[in-house]
Amino acid sequence: MGGPSSHADVAAELATRPGHTNLRSTLVRWLLITVSLTFLGALLAAPLAAVFAMALEQGWAAYFSSFSDEATRASIRLTLTTAAIVVPLNTVFGITAAWCIAKFEFRGKSILITLIDLPLAVSPVVSGLIYVLLFGLNGWFGAWLQDHDISVVYALPGIVLATMFVTFPYVARELIPLMQQLGNDEEEAAITLGAGGWFTFFRVTLPRIRWGLIYGVILCNARAMGEFGAVSVVSGNVRNITMTMPLQIEALYNEYNMVGAFAVASVLSLLAVATLIIKTLVEGRAGYRRR
Amino acid sequence: MKNVGRREPNVIPGFGITLGFTTFFLSAIVLLPLSALVLKAAGLDWTRFVEVIASPRALASYRLSFGASLVAASVNMVFGFALAWTLVRYEFPGRKLVDAIIDMPFALPTAVSGIALATIFSVNGWIGQYLEPRGIFVAYTPLGITVALTLIGMPFVVRTVQPALQEVQRDLEDAAETLGAGRFYVFRRIIVPTVLPALLTGFTLAFARAVGEYGSVIFIAGNKYMQTEITPLLIIFRLEEYDYAGAAALGFVMLAISFVMLLAINLLQVWGRKRMMVSR
Repeated sequence: MGGPSSHADVAAELATRPGHTNLRSTLVRWLLITVSLTFLGALLAAPLAAVFAMALEQGWAAYFSSFSDEATRASIRLTLTTAAIVVPLNTVFGITAAWCIAKFEFRGKSILITLIDLPLAVSPVVSGLIYVLLFGLNGWFGAWLQDHDISVVYALPGIVLATMFVTFPYVARELIPLMQQLGNDEEEAAITLGAGGWFTFFRVTLPRIRWGLIYGVILCNARAMGEFGAVSVVSGNVRNITMTMPLQIEALYNEYNMVGAFAVASVLSLLAVATLIIKTLVEGRAGYRRR
Repeated sequence: MKNVGRREPNVIPGFGITLGFTTFFLSAIVLLPLSALVLKAAGLDWTRFVEVIASPRALASYRLSFGASLVAASVNMVFGFALAWTLVRYEFPGRKLVDAIIDMPFALPTAVSGIALATIFSVNGWIGQYLEPRGIFVAYTPLGITVALTLIGMPFVVRTVQPALQEVQRDLEDAAETLGAGRFYVFRRIIVPTVLPALLTGFTLAFARAVGEYGSVIFIAGNKYMQTEITPLLIIFRLEEYDYAGAAALGFVMLAISFVMLLAINLLQVWGRKRMMVSR
């Protein structure tokens, strides 16, 4: 190492070589990393940490006792029931849609894909509103439903329908690009060799798409359990009957029951964290499309 | 089995049944309910329709929803690009964790992020207590709404820009630098043109999501009359008053915005693909 002048010469020389790090590029790099991580920390990590900090503010005993509240328990049951209906239906839909879109060529395919993605572009409040307009008292089927004493809006069926609308595209979106990328060769070979359609699906296709399918189902489940806006519109907020977990969070929060609200929120946050962990695990597997 | 619309013979079975089921399910769950909204809005008396959608309160809510979404999407365009760049170009401890946590807003329920943001940005909150002495009030102001919309839009920008950045040909950059181009020149002439379609797509996706957002906003918004009321909230108010027609009119406006956004996103993606092919 020489004096400052030769030091500067070396730096200048290095800077002209491509791919070499110099002081400025190192500085830019650390600046960018710091800025990005600060942004992420304030926006994502802090709210997540706050959920658990607030839930445990008065200790573990208070945390656990908030789950013995009858309304909270009812909301957990309703959320589980809703997800148990919605997720299997949307999974079957997702697989069916992916099969016809990825395996065949037909006119109007891109329109079909756009329509499947449509719910992602619609505001959650509008997603709830459309079911109120259909099945509410003044809606298209409202009078008929009332005559037959069936309640859809402000009852479980409305919540299920609104949740189904909102989470409609998730499984299909995950599977369509994956199956398109995998191609038809193996299925064609199986069919040509005499395998039946179902046999081909379960023994040839399913093993290859399983990781993508698992992630699609898990994301669909997380969205189904966490949907707020759409369900809020169709539920009518009847305590113990039509309150899902996110609605219960709102109710407790508005009553200034912070421990209760954040305790329920912590359960959904854990679900979200688990979803991301599974996603990370699944990404490493074969048959998963890296975005 | 008839192979409808199939150019070459396809031995794979199940076209008719899967297409039929998909179309039926799609119509029943998505298209029929959406058309109910459109017809309900179309059945409204024209003056009444205009009266609802152009009321001062509605206009204030559009200004707020659009303004906050625009700012949030722009902030995301800058920081989302920085994040994507950091993740694609740099190695640092915890990079995998950061990459995984980006998707958090996709998985975290909006009500949860809503109450969490309202808490940390309140005057006694973790972040709010440092902003309050400086005269910056986040909770219950348009700024708070912007923060919430930034949170939910962030992964859209990062996840669309990330693959585009990976596509940038590093040898092209090296070649340019060897020929004497400065870092900024390389950035402006090689990197920006390659990722621009993705960046704009990410911006539009984040904006489209933000305009319709409800759950994460209402807790931090405070919902003050004419000041911090977003458009989806006005729909809820109409429904609470059993004014279905008014709700349908506002819902129709939001749906129309969604369609325009979808169209913009599709056009941007077509443009991006064309550019990609030209540059190859």
